[in-house]
Amino acid sequence: MVMQTSAVEHSHTPSSAAFGGRTVRASAWEAARLILARDLRLAFRKREQIVQPLAFFAIVTTLFPLSITPELSRLREIAPGALWVAALLASLLALEFLFRDDAYDGTLEQFALSGQSLTWLLFAKTTAHWLLTGVPLALMAPLAAAALGAPMSSLVGIVSSIALGSLALSLLGAIGAALTLGVKRSGVLLSLLTLPLAVPVLIFGARATELAIKGSDFAAPLYLLAAFAVLGITLAPLAAAAAVRINLE
Amino acid sequence: MAWTWFHRFGSPPHVYRLAATLTPWFAWPAGILIVAALYGGLVLAPPDYQQGDGYRIVYVHAPSAWMSTMVYVVMASSAAIGLIWRMKVAHAVAASCAPIGASFTVAALATGSLWGRPMWGTYWEWDPRLTSELLLLFLYLGYMGLRSAMDDMQRADRVSAVLAIVGVVNVPIIHYSVTWWNSLHQAPSVMKLAKPAMPPSMYVPLLMMLAGFTLFFGAIVLMRLRGEVLKRERAASWIREAVGS
Amino acid sequence: MEFLNMGGYARYVWPSYAIVLAVVVLNIFWARRSLARSQAEALRRLQIRGEES
Repeated sequence: MVMQTSAVEHSHTPSSAAFGGRTVRASAWEAARLILARDLRLAFRKREQIVQPLAFFAIVTTLFPLSITPELSRLREIAPGALWVAALLASLLALEFLFRDDAYDGTLEQFALSGQSLTWLLFAKTTAHWLLTGVPLALMAPLAAAALGAPMSSLVGIVSSIALGSLALSLLGAIGAALTLGVKRSGVLLSLLTLPLAVPVLIFGARATELAIKGSDFAAPLYLLAAFAVLGITLAPLAAAAAVRINLE
Repeated sequence: MAWTWFHRFGSPPHVYRLAATLTPWFAWPAGILIVAALYGGLVLAPPDYQQGDGYRIVYVHAPSAWMSTMVYVVMASSAAIGLIWRMKVAHAVAASCAPIGASFTVAALATGSLWGRPMWGTYWEWDPRLTSELLLLFLYLGYMGLRSAMDDMQRADRVSAVLAIVGVVNVPIIHYSVTWWNSLHQAPSVMKLAKPAMPPSMYVPLLMMLAGFTLFFGAIVLMRLRGEVLKRERAASWIREAVGS
Repeated sequence: MEFLNMGGYARYVWPSYAIVLAVVVLNIFWARRSLARSQAEALRRLQIRGEES
């Protein structure tokens, strides 16, 4: 199968790089690195896709004081929950973009046919997605938290809990996104599918954030969050790959 | 020998006929058990020391809760079998389970809420059991929503099978997380939906109810299964004879 | 009468039983309707096939 370069947007598919006519099979690491780089590059061309979830996160965070109270002392009580709900919703919105473009133009199909492990390639894509949405959210979260009355000392706790939690969310969400590949306007269904599965992440993530804001030791729930992330890393891309294959049949 | 038996379960016309034959064998014992259990639970069993006659809600709440999780496990298992061995009949079983499980999850939530009102003072408490039941309902709704969103039956079967398997792996994790979360914020005076310490006159009707509802599930699933099997067959010749004109 | 009163808990006990009874009846009704529909549809598919050939 000859790999065509299509329009400007897309680089070579990763399973073979043509060197003067010969085709060379890339290693798994090569393939993952290429996909990661490609996704990051493509995302930076459409910067709104990175900015919009962050803006959404900011707006939703603002809704809480507006609907509850402007008093910082009371806001501090609900800050962990508010932050996490906002982060969860923002992540869900961003999930639609995970596979959509690649599914439309057939790149996903190429991945499945490439001979590389689809699981591994999807893991690379999901990691890219996390770097583009979860990490910025985690970096922005201290600002939002401060606006909700959290002390500066809680910074490390907030960033680490949301960073880990959003990784788990990206992985879980990848399953939902893969399942709903064929569905038009899948946004709500995707959320409906992912949210119940995300509850454990929410519970422990919010707890870690809460402990951080209170100034207590937040290691325990953070470790559990890390455990979820690891579990997700091992299992989620497998389920996502299965779902992608089914939808591409 | 065992392999032939397994293969026959893959044959739609065989399953269709078998389901029709078996249904009354599940339905009638179910009815008898449930009626007997009702009499035992409502009339024969004594009132509870703490909860008076109010505890008798357990005779409908416990079977509903049991059904909600048991059906999900059956759904996920048959979905997995369908996915691994590519058996349409297994997918048909999974599809049949979903509405049954969802309806009993609603029943469990409603009866749990009604039981809670006199015992806790509120219609709703975010206790681990009720919260987990609520999340289970969302899992069912998600499963049914995903199915209906897909046009192609085969794709719907296989995609929802992946979802069911992912869900069933998550159910214990969700339950554990919710229990942990609830223990953190334990309200000072909580009377959980603990079953009262039960003498035989109390728990025998309960067991009969559980058994009766399980058989009821069997009967309903067999009925639905026939329809689901038909949906997955093109205009196969056996249909004319089996369904009649 | 004591039976109907359920020791004062009547308004919780009886609606509970009513709800579960409703769910049971609904399941039976649904299952039968769903089967009947599938049968009708299957026969219709057969007829269409028959007309085509």
